[in-house]
Amino acid sequence: MTYQIKLEVFEGPLDLLLHLIKKNEVNIYDIPISLIVQQYLDYIELMKDLNLEIAGEFLLMAATLIHIKSKMLLPQEETVSEEEEGEDPRAELVRKLLEYQRFKDAAEELGQREERWRDVFYHPHDITTEGEEEVMIEVGLFDLIDALREMIEKIPETMFLEIIPEELTLRGRMTAVMERLDIAGPEGLTLWALLDKDTTRRAIVITFLALLELARVRFIKLLQVEGRGTVRVYRNESEEERDQGGLIHGR
Amino acid sequence: MEDREIKGIIEALLFISGEPLSLDRIKAVLALSEAKNVLEEIDRGKIKSLLWELQQEYDMRLSGLRIVEVAGGFQIVTPPEVSQWIKKLKKIKQSARLTKPSLETLAIIAYKQPLVKAEIEDIRGVDSAGVIKGLLDKRFVKIIGRKDLPGRPILYATTKEFLQYFGLKDISDLPTLKEFNELAEEEHAGSTPESADTPA
Repeated sequence: MTYQIKLEVFEGPLDLLLHLIKKNEVNIYDIPISLIVQQYLDYIELMKDLNLEIAGEFLLMAATLIHIKSKMLLPQEETVSEEEEGEDPRAELVRKLLEYQRFKDAAEELGQREERWRDVFYHPHDITTEGEEEVMIEVGLFDLIDALREMIEKIPETMFLEIIPEELTLRGRMTAVMERLDIAGPEGLTLWALLDKDTTRRAIVITFLALLELARVRFIKLLQVEGRGTVRVYRNESEEERDQGGLIHGR
Repeated sequence: MEDREIKGIIEALLFISGEPLSLDRIKAVLALSEAKNVLEEIDRGKIKSLLWELQQEYDMRLSGLRIVEVAGGFQIVTPPEVSQWIKKLKKIKQSARLTKPSLETLAIIAYKQPLVKAEIEDIRGVDSAGVIKGLLDKRFVKIIGRKDLPGRPILYATTKEFLQYFGLKDISDLPTLKEFNELAEEEHAGSTPESADTPA
């Protein structure tokens, strides 16, 4: 026997069932369960033959289908009165299939919107507008981690050859950062500028840790234009705030 | 100040802003200007009608720009019809289209939010942790809290970026979900999805 099934990728058992129902042109409210079960199992068999990993959900559904089939084979008990007559064993499955179909349709509509809207462009943020009146907010940890990740991603592949750097200490890096900020003055420096000399992953991470520590003890401020802007690093000029931060712990 | 002038100011604000400007934001900016006595009084309704006029003006002269209402604000954008030339001028980093599982999961979250992972998986019938994580990374979905259930599962909802990406004004701008009986009819007739509206 040759399989006529063209192997498509199905998201899950519900997706596969909907496909079988459509392919066989059967009424979803009156699924010919034996036919569908057979085809469903054939499909799983095919997946096995192809050495595809079969997700547990597919097997669970197979069991459910067989259970429904067996229930339907049993004769209805005559003693049961009309009102108490058991629900169609397929009802729950049909409900799930329809619910899933609703969202498949909705997803398709979203896909169409995406298709058109990804070709809609708008004027990007103008960098030259950066100025005093911008609302600066303190940077959250997650923004920093995002920035770190971006920075590490920018390291060219070949740079990953780790060279053991001399004198790469957290404390040394903290001093270096403060010195650079002194030179920069009230304008501060962007995070990128501070990191630009670091070309290895290790160096970037250490500078980062230095920044975190300096921010913790409030020697520096990490600010960002509201929304999603570049992180800027400033020397904290306010003595008061700095004192609240406590002292640097020796390392 | 004449309406014409105010309209011009609003147009300029939209042009410069890199993101959708809400009526409230426009109102606040107008009120901050030196011409206080006039612009302080301007209300949202007035701003909205000026925006509509602007929209019509753009459409009438077949401008290469459109004013669209998206993600809770107004924004000047270019319509898809001119995108091919824009792409020739500038190298635009266009992310890959979302995958089918991503769209499916996003649709479920959009319509049923806030909801927990188990609810998504119940509808899709498959494990959805990976897909949800991808959507979180793309900032289309966010965590908005935890549900008061055993295990305190995480509640998910869609973001402003989601609205912007799909050109939706707000969540209620999503097309209504089809009813079950409509679906069953389509099973026989073959589905004919409606086309999405865009700034055309």
